[in-house]
Amino acid sequence: MRELFESTIERLLADLATPEYVLGCEGGEWPAELWAAVEASGFTLAAVPESLGGAEAGWADLYVLARAAGRFAAPIPLGEALLGNWLLGKAGLEPQTGILSFAAEADLSLRDGAVVGVLRDVPWGRHAQSLVAIADRNSATPSVVLLSTESAASQTLSLNVAGEPRDSLHFTGARVLACAPLPASLSVEVLQLGGALLRSAQIAGALHALLDMTSAYASERTQFGRPIGAFQAIQQQLAVFAEQAAAAGIAAEAAFAESDTLFATFTIAAAKVSTAEAASVGAGIAHSVHGAIGFTQEYSLHLLSRRLWAWRSEFGSASLWSQRIGQMVCGAGGEGYWALLTDHANQQLCTLERKSA
Amino acid sequence: MSITQFTYSRIPAEAESLRDEVREFLQNNLGDYPTTARAQSWMGFDAAFSRKLGAQGWVGMALPEQYGGAAAGPFARYVIIEELLAAGAPVSAHWIADRQSGPLINRFGSEAQRERYLPPICRGESYFCIGMSEPNSGSDLASIKTSATRNDAGWLLNGQKVWTTNAQHAHFMIALVRTGEKQAARHEGMSQFIVDLRLPGITIRPIRDLAGGEHFNEVFFDNVQLDADALIGTEGKGWDQVTAELAFERSGPERFLSCIELLKTLISAVGRQPDALQSREIGRLSAKLLTLRNMSLSVTAQLAAGEHPAWAASCVKDLGNLFEQEIPEVAQLLLEAEPRQEGGSEHAQVLAYLTQMAPSFSLRGGTREILRGIIARGMGLR
Repeated sequence: MRELFESTIERLLADLATPEYVLGCEGGEWPAELWAAVEASGFTLAAVPESLGGAEAGWADLYVLARAAGRFAAPIPLGEALLGNWLLGKAGLEPQTGILSFAAEADLSLRDGAVVGVLRDVPWGRHAQSLVAIADRNSATPSVVLLSTESAASQTLSLNVAGEPRDSLHFTGARVLACAPLPASLSVEVLQLGGALLRSAQIAGALHALLDMTSAYASERTQFGRPIGAFQAIQQQLAVFAEQAAAAGIAAEAAFAESDTLFATFTIAAAKVSTAEAASVGAGIAHSVHGAIGFTQEYSLHLLSRRLWAWRSEFGSASLWSQRIGQMVCGAGGEGYWALLTDHANQQLCTLERKSA
Repeated sequence: MSITQFTYSRIPAEAESLRDEVREFLQNNLGDYPTTARAQSWMGFDAAFSRKLGAQGWVGMALPEQYGGAAAGPFARYVIIEELLAAGAPVSAHWIADRQSGPLINRFGSEAQRERYLPPICRGESYFCIGMSEPNSGSDLASIKTSATRNDAGWLLNGQKVWTTNAQHAHFMIALVRTGEKQAARHEGMSQFIVDLRLPGITIRPIRDLAGGEHFNEVFFDNVQLDADALIGTEGKGWDQVTAELAFERSGPERFLSCIELLKTLISAVGRQPDALQSREIGRLSAKLLTLRNMSLSVTAQLAAGEHPAWAASCVKDLGNLFEQEIPEVAQLLLEAEPRQEGGSEHAQVLAYLTQMAPSFSLRGGTREILRGIIARGMGLR
């Protein structure tokens, strides 16, 4: 399934998500044509069980979709819809067609089929028709809820560094479209983990595209009578970039592959840490090699670098996930360290008190 | 060459099932081996231990059964060596024979050479070193001057090698030497020889390292008479043969686990209630370690598939060395523990030792700059 997913999504995004198109959507313009094409291809239902009309693909196969979304800087909630529908399916709820997103940061209470509270940092919140979240997170009976965006009492609009909507929505007693208990096999953090998983793949995809773009530029741009890529100073920087892009790719792929049935929390955390570091190094080298032209709005380098700067901090920064890994590791002690690493796919992270800005 | 070479590869269940067996063996045979000795990682020498591993079938295990190997896949070997390294087991005696020389002889050697050299390697009894660098040929390896000239008895070897790890303990050296005039193509005219280090005319002098250890050596060849069958592989193709070894040499877990003992003593010294900086840094290093291991396993899968992932191996080594070298620095950042050559805690001693060893990690097996040059070449930049 993975090869078919990959070839189809890459063709679709290469045709429609051109740099001009992506730039035009920054600041909150909704890419109706692109979304319609993605939805028509059935990608938003890829993770839904076959019994509910989906393709029942596992995360190992879905990796290529999230990576392609990153590679083309697709200005749509493709990963968000995938994850939202996956969670609905896990909870036994009907999947959603239409624009679907989710909120990992939810402070929401559910009483008699209505919700009160707030969803923060919702990707494409202003454009979404429905949203998946977890209500009553701190209770013994958390629920998966599906909310209509229209039913929000108010919205607080916000954009990330790349001009992608990250909105907050406030609910004051709105009826839910659907709800079900969160399955016992899933943590209340499932959307935070899922978000980190998606962003790690998007970063890997964007870094790959940025590396290709930067090495091509180094071969074309001539100074002192030679392509700048012929200079060792540039070669060594691009080698470091390639190493980091490779590390990001395998870290993200491992997180998806090991999450096929349940989220492998340590592997996802490690992926977010590794991709965030690679994003920082890669974006820096790409700009350094490109020089002034890469700093202009006209040249499309920034479509990738600004997304790397945005995505590395979403759903938990490298710092946050590092701390959580570190607490788990220190809890096991030096003697238990290696056994914990080799059995990483079965480890559970400790929870951290999160300080919000 | 592209980063798409790195695809996720899981350790197959059959190989994974060896892990508990190795751990039990290590518990039984190295239970009281001190932490400060474990810190030497694959520089720790213990021939008796190597023979025990050989008796277990864990040396040369990827070699064919008829020569004493187990025809095991690369993943089985991977599990064994990463467990040995993670425990700081003294593997130095057989390390190079197991990793490089055995596979090289199996691949390029004649039937007689395979029958002669491989069985004692697999028993953990026969140790090898690699003669590459010379006083004026380090990173510029193609400029070597040590030469072998044909004579009636075989080959006459003259010259000098340097920085040869374990030459003082090894039985044989696989030496890269010049057998023809320097050609227009500078990588031609070199050949590899298996040199019996007991032969007359060979002088081996250990070179003390900055921490007082004796690991590497200078080796002099003064009219050393080699038999005709000392040549391994094809005359004049030494460079290609050496290049083929590099994927084995540069992608393994020894390229990122050299400071694992320090990471463990650091975690124990920090304790179970780390502060925010401590948990963040230890977590960050652990994430990197997991990612490096996945990269290394990916190269292993490529080797298993019969590919030649020298480019990807260079990525693993460079990132891996940076990681190893960062650990003593992070240890300094997280704790007010002064490194101690003598006295002090185990952590203080391991920190002292590995702080001093760390510069060598990105020198041995190819410098950082050379690796990055290889990566850039693979990207089409040179």
